[in-house]
Amino acid sequence: MKVTRRTLLGGIAAAATAPIMMPRFALAAEDTIKVGILHSLSGTMAISETTLKDVMLMLIAEQNAKGGVLGKKLEPVVVDPASNWPLFAEKARELISQDHCAVVFGCWTSVSRKSVLPVFKELDNILFYPVQYEGQESERNVFYTGAAPNQQAIPAVDYLMSADGGSVKRWVLEGTDYVYPRTTNKILEAYLKSKGVPAEDIMINYTPFSFSDWQTEVSKIKAFGSAGKKTAVVSTINGDANVPFYKELGNQGIKAEDIPVVAFSVGEEELAGLDTKPLVGHLAAWNYFESIKTPENTTFIDAWHKFTGNPKRVTNDPMEAHYIGFNMWVKAVEKAGTTKADAVIDALPGIKTPNLTGGVSEMLPNHHISKPVYIGEIREDGQFDVVWQTKGLVPGQPWSPYLPESKDLVSDWVTLKCGNYDTVKKVCLGTKA
Amino acid sequence: MTFVLRIVVVLLTLAGAQHAGAADFAKLVNALPHGSYHERADVVREIGKTGNPRAVEVLQALANDDLKVMADGTVVIVDDKTGAAVGAVEGASLGTPSADSLTRVRVNNMVRRAIRTATGMLTLRSPDPAKRLAAARDALRSASPDQIEALDAAIGAETDAGVKALLTEARAAAVLKTDAATTEKVAAIRLLEARGDEAARAALSPLATAKDPEIARAVTSALASIAETQRMWRLAQNVWYGLSLGSVLMLAAVGLAITFGVMGVINMAHGELVMLGAYTTFVVQQVIRADAPWLFGWSLAIAAPLAFVVAGAVGIAIERGIVRHLYGRPLETLLATWGVSLILQQAVRTIFGPDNRDVGNPGWMSGAFPLGQMQVTWNRLWILIFAFAVFAALLFVLKRTPIGLQMRAVTQNRAMAANMGIRTGRVDALTFGLGSAIAGLAGVALSQIDNVSPNLGQNYIVDSFMVVVFGGAGNIWGTMAGGFALGIANKFLEPFTGAVLGKIVILVGIILFIQKRPRGLFAVKGRAVEA
Repeated sequence: MKVTRRTLLGGIAAAATAPIMMPRFALAAEDTIKVGILHSLSGTMAISETTLKDVMLMLIAEQNAKGGVLGKKLEPVVVDPASNWPLFAEKARELISQDHCAVVFGCWTSVSRKSVLPVFKELDNILFYPVQYEGQESERNVFYTGAAPNQQAIPAVDYLMSADGGSVKRWVLEGTDYVYPRTTNKILEAYLKSKGVPAEDIMINYTPFSFSDWQTEVSKIKAFGSAGKKTAVVSTINGDANVPFYKELGNQGIKAEDIPVVAFSVGEEELAGLDTKPLVGHLAAWNYFESIKTPENTTFIDAWHKFTGNPKRVTNDPMEAHYIGFNMWVKAVEKAGTTKADAVIDALPGIKTPNLTGGVSEMLPNHHISKPVYIGEIREDGQFDVVWQTKGLVPGQPWSPYLPESKDLVSDWVTLKCGNYDTVKKVCLGTKA
Repeated sequence: MTFVLRIVVVLLTLAGAQHAGAADFAKLVNALPHGSYHERADVVREIGKTGNPRAVEVLQALANDDLKVMADGTVVIVDDKTGAAVGAVEGASLGTPSADSLTRVRVNNMVRRAIRTATGMLTLRSPDPAKRLAAARDALRSASPDQIEALDAAIGAETDAGVKALLTEARAAAVLKTDAATTEKVAAIRLLEARGDEAARAALSPLATAKDPEIARAVTSALASIAETQRMWRLAQNVWYGLSLGSVLMLAAVGLAITFGVMGVINMAHGELVMLGAYTTFVVQQVIRADAPWLFGWSLAIAAPLAFVVAGAVGIAIERGIVRHLYGRPLETLLATWGVSLILQQAVRTIFGPDNRDVGNPGWMSGAFPLGQMQVTWNRLWILIFAFAVFAALLFVLKRTPIGLQMRAVTQNRAMAANMGIRTGRVDALTFGLGSAIAGLAGVALSQIDNVSPNLGQNYIVDSFMVVVFGGAGNIWGTMAGGFALGIANKFLEPFTGAVLGKIVILVGIILFIQKRPRGLFAVKGRAVEA
């Protein structure tokens, strides 16, 4: 091995100059409002995040066709954090300090959101986060348009416990090993126990990212499910690992009628790469399905197909979250009469915009939104049949009442000006917690 | 509507199933599209009880999403492919209505379960033994007291010994749910104990807390004996899973065993060559789906040589274009090939998109067959066979062909080989190409069990290096031994430690092993080592 100092320095220099030479979408123009888009276009997460970049470009183009905001055109600034968590923070800083974006739409994984948080706080800007997540967080600069656990995980479990869902008595919580599944499973375990499920009827398993050899795990689930009680799997398995997981389920002959799997990260987009025949009947819980027939949804899907030029591109839940978030931001800016972050942050709570499933979502004082919850069964064509839905819209609840450390906490950025107010001690925990 | 429906169902139940005539069947079928899933499941059960000759067809159409309602409210069964509709009640042809005028009768898991039980009871006397076997299996899975009568009749008429045994077990499971006499129940428990599988365990478990002490005792001992049988089978299953994982590891690594092991090139783009093989399979399947669907069963056989050529050609291009200028400079090679891997990934992402591509499994690659109490999945079995075939072919090329001889000569002593008139540059390119081409073949196999996405390669590159280093660089037997050793060790650890910790334990094990034996399991000895 010849590692000379020159080669080493050369390598570092090349790595350092690479971002500067990257082509930029942003053009210098004075009278536009810049909207940052912070989604990975390469690396592991590109599979999910690229679509969100596209949908943002479409929404911005549509808004510009309507005359923009406050008489100015919107200008998208697209950067690629390349599925690299520290790079997310770097790119966020670039969007805010260099490009002077008024707002940023971005992130997918919780770890990327945690990585950009300090940047948004320090530079006082706004992030719209569109993905369902584990909760236990509420920040002044972040607006969470995806589902909190009480808008996805808890209703899904409720459905499976009901007679319609099969009166499930035994639970496998299967997840990828990172913060979202771990926290969600902690909440679910506490919730199930509060419903009287004994500890021996709950099995929790974790697998690494991109896990592909599911033979042992699936046969474990099969064995666990043969104890004479109705069993279900609650899956927080992340993106990539899902395909081999479902393939193995199909091959080992586990049918949805016997052991249904309800997934929180599998949507239309993920199923597009799968032969869905063996999966018919497995479930997913979301706040939106492409198959829901409303005029708003039909318009949105048509516009999406036209924008992408591909009539087969599917739509999914995080896309709807961006749709809601973007419209809320536009309304808030118009209400505040400025794009200044502080004014928009104050204007956002209370803003109502229609969602794509026929309801009207509202931004709540805790920076989460109200959404309906749907349980869908996978159909042969990779779409979902809605088999259950909540009566009305469910308000997002960042702090889980089922975990001892968060059961007394509330978040209210309007009257309490606090993301983690302890209702027992009557104090705002602030950044200490 | 739902209220009326409920009355219909109740009345029919009161009327008694055996008296339900054709008129009732029609009424029930026409009631199917209405009401909640709950009511639909009730109607399905009633349809099952009518025993109408068309009941099975109607219920199966319902399960397969082929039962639709025409604009005028007629319930029809629509053929998936031709779009031809027949009346659900009487089976008369109704032409080909346009898809827009039809509404699907939707089902959920609850309805599907009801359908399975109902059709199971109806097909117990089917002339096809395979159908009877499936029906008996369903009966065992969803045992209920009201099935006993039908099962008794079926057992009396059954001629196939295997089906008969299964029917008897299904009856036993049903008996356990009645309040039959203790002796009868204990006999049923013994019968299921002898079956000794998960279905038997599922049927017995609820009785472990039975009030009758004799039954509780029998069940407890039966469950213990089943657990013992299961333990033995689980051991066998772990070996099989280990072999299967080992074959995947070996397949992914064997190409690297040539480029890294034999040539000493740290090829970080190896994973991407595997990915190219998988995408070749995808393209082949797309062409077949569009132009020659009847060839689909052969798609993998067609894709394999193409993947070999594509990955091999890309490999030769990498060698001629980049690696050749960097021989003897491992760090630069590592950086350059890593760059190549990023370029290939992004190129594929640009051409095919960042999301997963749907690579189908041909019929012979799907499903599983039971081996004792193990489920052996076909795709894993074929990949194991394929891995051995590739390994044997590679061994043959290296040891028994002139080009193999030249490859070994050049890697062992380049100057001497050149003096003997071997064009070393050409041999280098071919060797690198061969390693790459085999990576392409691995891609064809991996497309059957993993995601076909631009990230496919990244998931295997670390494992591949691990296998080659552990097995001993420069020895392809070592790669095979390394692959299987790691696979089996991993699968034996997984049930105890979980997948995450299992992997960590394996990595720590390898680190310790490499400390002791830096050259791996099968070290190359002699003068060739430092060449």
